[in-house]
Amino acid sequence: MSEKPRLVYVNGRGRMEPIRWLLAAAGVEFEEKFLETREQLLKLIEDGSLLFQQLPLVEIDGMKMVQTRAILSYIAGKYNLYGKDLKERALIDMYVEGITDLMHMLLMFPFSPPEAKEKNLASIADRATKRYFPVFEKVLKQHGQDFLVGNRFSWADVQLLEAILAVEEKIPAVLSGFPQLQAFKTKISNMPTIKKFLQPGSPRKPPPDEHYVATVMEVFK
Amino acid sequence: MAGKPKLHYTKGRGKMESIRWLLAAAGVEFEEEFIETKEDLDKLRNDGSLLFQQVPMVEIDGMKMVQTRAILNYIAGKYNLHGKDLKERAWIDMYVEGTTDLMGMIMVLPFQAADAKEKNIALIIERATTRYFPVYEKALKDHGHDYLVGNQLSWADIHLLEAILMTEELKPDILSAFPLLQAFKGRTSNISTIKKFLQPGSQRKPPPDEKFIANVRKIFNI
Repeated sequence: MSEKPRLVYVNGRGRMEPIRWLLAAAGVEFEEKFLETREQLLKLIEDGSLLFQQLPLVEIDGMKMVQTRAILSYIAGKYNLYGKDLKERALIDMYVEGITDLMHMLLMFPFSPPEAKEKNLASIADRATKRYFPVFEKVLKQHGQDFLVGNRFSWADVQLLEAILAVEEKIPAVLSGFPQLQAFKTKISNMPTIKKFLQPGSPRKPPPDEHYVATVMEVFK
Repeated sequence: MAGKPKLHYTKGRGKMESIRWLLAAAGVEFEEEFIETKEDLDKLRNDGSLLFQQVPMVEIDGMKMVQTRAILNYIAGKYNLHGKDLKERAWIDMYVEGTTDLMGMIMVLPFQAADAKEKNIALIIERATTRYFPVYEKALKDHGHDYLVGNQLSWADIHLLEAILMTEELKPDILSAFPLLQAFKGRTSNISTIKKFLQPGSQRKPPPDEKFIANVRKIFNI
């Protein structure tokens, strides 16, 4: 019987958060090891645990997996969150990649200099409301189903909810022009595994703060 | 019956080149429509052809696919270049993400100022020889097979060959410490579909020159 997946990262969202979301959505319990010092990262590199000397690392099914997308694809495939055929997978991939581009702006945001933050926040708002959210609003409106692809819960739904909540933390009224997304947010948040993940005490990490930024700078640079 | 895939991009490598490689390696003929002016891009955007208003876009099997990785995943899956099961796919994905990071560093070079460019070339060479190539050399050494994953040709092999050739353009002897990768390069280049793609007159694009970069800046406003 396989053990629980083990996530190795710093104690914060970063590039590991989508992985936490997806495992949680799939109802998979996991363990976490948090790095706090550069020495710990260097030791992992020396050990040969990190294929390209980078985190995230997820120990799962006997593999030491690296590269966020590879890890997410594996989890999605394993837990049937990747569509029923190649074409559904193509749609899920397109949606996830678009959302990932938006999330990347949020990922980088805490590390931008103070004088650039206002401009970057405006860019995030602009991209969210003009490029990304309209796409998913339209998709949901056109097929009238609860889920983005194939009338079935998938990785794309998990990723979209994560993005909506992350953007809302910065721009609370961001969904005001998107009634379908508002309904989507409520529905998906209420799914049992997701609801559990959204409760205090879950492995979900809080928004990045100064302490998180300092830890990242210490460990990775 | 589905027509040939149709690729929409500028007439250069950029993010579309890995897609050209994969289709070519799979023996799939494709058409290309080149974006030459800002108006060409605007037209595609206004048509509603671009899901997130970006290229690459590939018309394939009745879909207007965007997002490079989504397109590559679809092609790999369709033409049996993505492993035989989830675990093989996981390894292919990990390897491809590595070569994607390496080629991504090279892709942005032409857009950098001269001093940053020089520094980054040195970094690319360092990364190639200490972070990336050792991984693939070791993978080939450990199993002794001709291909990276599952003892058969996959997307990982095609992507690695592309990355090797691209890095060699920066430093011709970059494989000097990697005998297995040298052999891999020789073998993989000789696969008939790939050999054809490597010949003059194929749809493979040359490295970007200044004129091309200037036009890309104009079209995409960067």
